[in-house]
Amino acid sequence: MMQEHTSFLLVVLPLIFAPITAVLPRGRLPWLATLIVTLTCAVLAGMQLLAVIDGGVISYELGGWAPPWGIEYRIDALNAFMALIVAVIAVITLPYALLSVEKEIPEHQTPLFYSAFLLCLTGLLGITQTGDIFNLFVFLEISSLSSYALISTGRKRQAQTSAYQYLVMGTIGATFFLIGVGLIYSVTGTLNMMDLAARLPEVADQRTTHTGFAFIMIGFALKLAMFPLHLWLPNAYTYAPSVITVFLAATATKVAVYVMLRVLFTVFPADFVSATPTDELFILSGLAGILITSVYAAYQTNVKRLLAYSSVAQIGYMVLGIGLASTLSVTASIVHLFNHALMKGALFMAVGAIIYRIGGCHIDEIRGLGRHMPWTFGAIVIGGLSLIGVPGTAGFISKWYLVVAALEQQMWLVVAVILAGSLIAVVYVGKVLEALYFKSPADDMPAVKEAPLLLLVPTWALVLANVYFGLDTDFSVGMAGRAVEALGVSAK
Amino acid sequence: MSAEQLMMLTLLLPLLGGVGVVVTGRFPDLRETVTLITASATAVLVLMIASRFLNGEIFFFSLGEPVPGIAIAFEIEASGMIFALVAGLLWIVTSIYAIGYMRGHKEENLTRFFTAFAVAISCALGIAFSANLFTLFLFYELLTLSTYPLVAHSGTAEARRGGRIYLGLLLGTSIGLFLLAIIITWLVAGTLDFQEGGILAGKFDPAWAGLLYALFLFGIGKAALMPFHRWLPAAMVAPTPVSALLHAVAVVKAGVFTLFKVTSQIFGSAYILSNDVTGMLVWAAAATILLASLVAMTKDNLKARLAYSTVSQLSYIAMGAMLASKTALIGSAMHIAMHAFSKITLFFAAGAIFVVTHKKLVSELDGLGRAMPITFGAFLIGTLSIIGLPPFGGLWSKWYLASGAVETGQLLLLGVLMISTLLNIAYLLPIPIRAFYATPTSGAHYDEIKEAPKTILLAMIITSATCILLFFYPDPLYRLASMAAGGL
Repeated sequence: MMQEHTSFLLVVLPLIFAPITAVLPRGRLPWLATLIVTLTCAVLAGMQLLAVIDGGVISYELGGWAPPWGIEYRIDALNAFMALIVAVIAVITLPYALLSVEKEIPEHQTPLFYSAFLLCLTGLLGITQTGDIFNLFVFLEISSLSSYALISTGRKRQAQTSAYQYLVMGTIGATFFLIGVGLIYSVTGTLNMMDLAARLPEVADQRTTHTGFAFIMIGFALKLAMFPLHLWLPNAYTYAPSVITVFLAATATKVAVYVMLRVLFTVFPADFVSATPTDELFILSGLAGILITSVYAAYQTNVKRLLAYSSVAQIGYMVLGIGLASTLSVTASIVHLFNHALMKGALFMAVGAIIYRIGGCHIDEIRGLGRHMPWTFGAIVIGGLSLIGVPGTAGFISKWYLVVAALEQQMWLVVAVILAGSLIAVVYVGKVLEALYFKSPADDMPAVKEAPLLLLVPTWALVLANVYFGLDTDFSVGMAGRAVEALGVSAK
Repeated sequence: MSAEQLMMLTLLLPLLGGVGVVVTGRFPDLRETVTLITASATAVLVLMIASRFLNGEIFFFSLGEPVPGIAIAFEIEASGMIFALVAGLLWIVTSIYAIGYMRGHKEENLTRFFTAFAVAISCALGIAFSANLFTLFLFYELLTLSTYPLVAHSGTAEARRGGRIYLGLLLGTSIGLFLLAIIITWLVAGTLDFQEGGILAGKFDPAWAGLLYALFLFGIGKAALMPFHRWLPAAMVAPTPVSALLHAVAVVKAGVFTLFKVTSQIFGSAYILSNDVTGMLVWAAAATILLASLVAMTKDNLKARLAYSTVSQLSYIAMGAMLASKTALIGSAMHIAMHAFSKITLFFAAGAIFVVTHKKLVSELDGLGRAMPITFGAFLIGTLSIIGLPPFGGLWSKWYLASGAVETGQLLLLGVLMISTLLNIAYLLPIPIRAFYATPTSGAHYDEIKEAPKTILLAMIITSATCILLFFYPDPLYRLASMAAGGL
């Protein structure tokens, strides 16, 4: 009974608990409710993954309406993997959230804050579960609207302008997506992804299909913060509350990558996509994004902003892997998606711990802080190494696969850019570490204590995951391989 | 103890020592005791491994495969044994020295210093014992990272700048070129395991092989081949024990050792000899030998002069590897050890001078020899060994390198070696001579100056005695070197 409703429960549980949490009394109760819901979701996502891990597919008909008329939730290895990433990151974020939110969010807002968090989780999980492209739009809006609200709760006033900026850009993206879906619907008469996949080949040479495809791509490129449509991201990540930065950086863009993969490889036929300049544009965007935004990152003076720009660069690696469009390169993209969630989660958590203690993270404020907060510093060191892609960390594995995939196609320029991106990462990570450890602290700096355990434990859980998945890749690479099989990427 | 256990213990022990140093950080005497005990135990373990290895025992251990087909695995082979012996045995000597130096010079942050030092030694041993290029690369990068805090130790603007150059050049070359070369090797050969005779033979067009070799040669930045040598002089802002062990022994020898392994066990010396893969590249090493010596002559700062001398000497080893004949490889492998003992003696002496007199410049040392006879005596021995005169160990490696050049018909390279020897004499020998015989400048008096602290003297005496010992008793080293060069 439970088994078959898993995918539905994953979406409905947080949706039901969101309004309940909003009316709970202030204090720690809303947090506890959220924790329990996310824990349950993580367990459900784990069970779901076990059920499809051997290549099976779960099809769930919402309300008993058979597809393609009703909404279908269609779970294969890729969805299940994505849902697990989102849910597990949410679980790891929550213990961290307790203290961080108490410090950064006014007490009367906390029930609403957790309610919006649950809605955001609903949206993200929903996107991963649904097999219906219009339903996907609905979940996209749920997650987007709630994340605008969450970002605007940041302590600085700029949080509101950056939430607004994100709102404008995000709405444009969502509208584009919706226009695209509408156009596709007008030629195929269906919204179910599998059904679309069956019908699109017939109408592949119609101009409407091409236009619809372009709208969908651009719409999601905006949500994905694909270079050069990334302008909303640095502000949003910089001014959002620490917890939200961690959560969004580790999940939101990843889910957008998932949608890209789904649309490119499942919904639209392979020869349709390869007849368009999509691959070339993806490669171009990836290369430019890696180089340009990495350099931007190196010039930032706010650590959160620096990491935000680095996120855009890392998205460039995933986009690049999609553009290369071989089995290996898409595997590399998915592995990097997973690994990047781990490293950026860890890094933003560590920076959040610094903000918890000193209230800011400007490069001049954090001088010499590494000596007072050794564990936080250690987390930034290992997270940073993973970001650079030093062997023994998760970051190395994904870059290794990506470089091998590029070499397989003799793309020397791509290889050069990937390695150059790592080198620029050395510069910006080095800049943070040097400030933390080797610069002498400002004279008026008050004595700072190490961050509380409740912040350190989740941070270090992710840090250790970075090392673990750098040494044992059975799970990460294995899952990515199965996901690529499920996607049916044609061998190139 | 089984072979695997012994090897793992040797790799882990310095790390455990590092943890011990952190734990006992608040009690300086206890902390230093932990360092000494760990270092001695490591030396004993390395010696045990060496004796069992020479008896034919096989050491192999695999930790698992992060990427299918690429394992984190360790295996001991003769050239790695030489490197491990050098690093393992000199650690204890340097620790003795470092305690005297760091306390005598009133340095701060000693817990961090000794911890990073222990981690670096563990990484060096990891490099020595690597069974494939991937494992080697892993420890190669960790060695760079763990030595960065040592370079930037004092935290001054100059030290941070040196640290940036150090990290930038070493990580830059390794990620930009070395990693690329490794990945290409993997795609071509389908494996990264070190194998006798190489893994690339017959799988690669010789012209491309030359390019790939160039990627390795310049990508292994720790070998300090020009134009990627700038990190080594930059690293001299570190405290002298760091310059002595890491930047004359562990880090730079890790570089040339890697080059040696790539030559003999990835390409295979037969492949290199038959296709002349390195025909042009060997001149990069020859140029570095001469140019670095010439630069060394212009340096008045003693440590900078020694650093450029190291750059030059490293290219001896690189050149020997690239000549790839058996004699040249023997010379190359032996020079790893010979240069280590000579150069560390020179750095020890430079540090002793600095602790006692705070003098850094060569031109200030006139007449100091009579006040510090042991220090300058050790310096003289180190100098003579570097030059390659009997009765000092440096003779043997130079002998085999020169024979290797003759054997392969590269008489021009022989000329390079001989000119370099003359240059060595010109920039090193005047230092002890002027210290003993010249009159102090501007009427300075050195009556009040005494010898350095006893631990410093002890360390210098041990290393300079070893330089002499290795002349009379080079046999174990020779045996290992000829095994490394492909069988006795």
